[in-house]
Amino acid sequence: MRLVRRALPRWAEVAVLPLVNVALAFVIVGVIVAVIGVDPLHALRLLVAGALGSSEAIGYTLYYTTNFIFTGLAVAVALHAGLFNIGGEGQAYIGGLGCGLAILALDHLLPAWATIPLAILAAALFGAAWAAVPAWLQAWRGSHIVITTIMFNFLAAALMVYLMVNVLIAPGSMTPQSRSFTSAGKLPQVHEVLAAMGIQVTPSALNLSILLAVACCAGVWVFLWHTPWGYALRTMGHNPDAAVYAGTDLRHMTMLAMCLSGGLAGFVGVNELMGVHQRIVLDFPAGYGFAGIAVALMGRSHPLGIVLAALLFGALQQGGAELAFDIPSITREMVVVIQGLVILFCGALANLPRPWLQSLFALLSSPRVRGEVPAQRAEGS
Amino acid sequence: MSIDDVASLILLTLAATLRVATPLVLAAMGGLFSEKSGIIDVGLEGKMLMAAFFAAATAAVTDSAWLGLLAGIVAAEALALLHGFACITWRGNQVVSGVAINILAAGLTVVLGTAWFNRGGQTPALEGAGRLRPLFLPGAGDNILVYVALLSVPLTWWIIERTRFGLRLRAVGEMPLAVDTAGISVPWLRYRAVLLCGLFSGLAGAYLSIAENAEFSRDMTAGQGFIALAAIIFGKWRPFPAFGACLLFGLLDEVAIRLQGVRVPGVGEVPVQLIQALPYLLTVFLLAGLIGRAVAPKAAGVAYEKER
Repeated sequence: MRLVRRALPRWAEVAVLPLVNVALAFVIVGVIVAVIGVDPLHALRLLVAGALGSSEAIGYTLYYTTNFIFTGLAVAVALHAGLFNIGGEGQAYIGGLGCGLAILALDHLLPAWATIPLAILAAALFGAAWAAVPAWLQAWRGSHIVITTIMFNFLAAALMVYLMVNVLIAPGSMTPQSRSFTSAGKLPQVHEVLAAMGIQVTPSALNLSILLAVACCAGVWVFLWHTPWGYALRTMGHNPDAAVYAGTDLRHMTMLAMCLSGGLAGFVGVNELMGVHQRIVLDFPAGYGFAGIAVALMGRSHPLGIVLAALLFGALQQGGAELAFDIPSITREMVVVIQGLVILFCGALANLPRPWLQSLFALLSSPRVRGEVPAQRAEGS
Repeated sequence: MSIDDVASLILLTLAATLRVATPLVLAAMGGLFSEKSGIIDVGLEGKMLMAAFFAAATAAVTDSAWLGLLAGIVAAEALALLHGFACITWRGNQVVSGVAINILAAGLTVVLGTAWFNRGGQTPALEGAGRLRPLFLPGAGDNILVYVALLSVPLTWWIIERTRFGLRLRAVGEMPLAVDTAGISVPWLRYRAVLLCGLFSGLAGAYLSIAENAEFSRDMTAGQGFIALAAIIFGKWRPFPAFGACLLFGLLDEVAIRLQGVRVPGVGEVPVQLIQALPYLLTVFLLAGLIGRAVAPKAAGVAYEKER
């Protein structure tokens, strides 16, 4: 009997295929861990315990998750418009600069309740501005947004080194970092808030940025699926010709999508600088911008999927650090390997398991399929 | 300064420029083959990094620079095949695949390096036969890969512009349907282009760790793969102009090192970061159409799907 491959049912497309992709990535990770000479299951147990084993571990996991949500949403919003924003790293960097500059300017003048919203706004504006230039170049000058956003990552890094070494460095400081923010520029930590409510948890880096992240998820969901602009943006991503026919200005929509994307990436600066470092430092984006690509691809560019993917990556980041502490032959960079493999299997090789799954589904439903004529052809892509 | 001093300074700067530009030239020529065939290669950086690691690791273990070079090429080819498998066979997104390769290489080199050598991601320092030595001028660092890089430019030009393979390569990057209609396999052509890219980026990576330096250190490519990519664009997807761009970017790098902390009369201290950022800045200006116009191969980035 020859099996007839047909398009996967929608629930399998949304739930099964991504899970199989992620599973494939983790099988390869297991092989790499085994090659290093560590029992993968033992490593997994340590990792889970390191990520979720105590309230402190959970706090750090959620703190990392916050960053991944911001950059994952950033990549996803651009992807919905058919734009590939690899510039999250630079946008996060410049967003942090905006956040830090706002605090440095205001923390002696205004109380916290005024400084914090302004700093968050500045982070979004600076991140959006850094994304706006490549967006403008794509929309009006036809230059490829992938290339320009890559270049802007390097430009952001060079600009920040210059500013930190020459301009913003605290007087008398040997390391390139700004002066500390005063308490007006400090985002409350979650353990402080909980303590005020009478709940005692171990302090961690988790701060109220996570509420901002949750708000951003809701905001992106409402914007993309329940506003005319979101509808136009997604139309542009699916079929630019149809969007033009429907009266959408693709140039303005490119600007809108990229500015939103850059603004979301800029919030990494809020979590890192206002939430944790309490000053402007170098290299705080630390790969979150690139990891956002993995998060968005794994989460299928949907806020709910992104939250789940960000939780996984947050747990990996925290658990990976603990794992590296317990087993010296494994380094934290194992997490980077996992990110790369997830991007590979959930992005570039996303269609790899499709024929197998189609065969599987055909096999499972074959008694019903057999009599049907004509058979549907397998979906092409 | 006497005339002799000036002359020797110029010579030294030129030699240094060539040393810095060699990996850029090799990677750019590799990238050209790939991009000409319609496969965008954002993963040059990752391939170079992986090649640099495996070259240094093998050279350290076997004490042979040649085996190291071979290992570097094999490592880069493995990633090139992965890129081809994802983009040609499975018609995946080429940029996504390239990004995945970059991130994978950045992580894997440190993970394997730490596990094997226990030096925080570095490989042991290479001595004697483990390194590629200068051929003629002991002080100038003119190892064999410098000459390979210089020869690769006319060779690339000749292959792309003057051979049947090159003609088909250009055609498949502009209009794969026409190539397919002529009965020539689009995937096989593109696979060969991607493998050539792997070969050259392997040489480029190996140069970094076993010729220019004597060890691998984490993230040692430091964006050079992207500068090579910028050079391809700056050279408008042509070998000789891309070579010129590599030399220019190499010179900028050299100038940046020499100007560190130097006060230029009338200008004051030139920010080194500005000079280091110039390759990216110039490429953005070019892409903005402010200095000429760069047109990519038409089918670049588009997976070819045969009619069924």
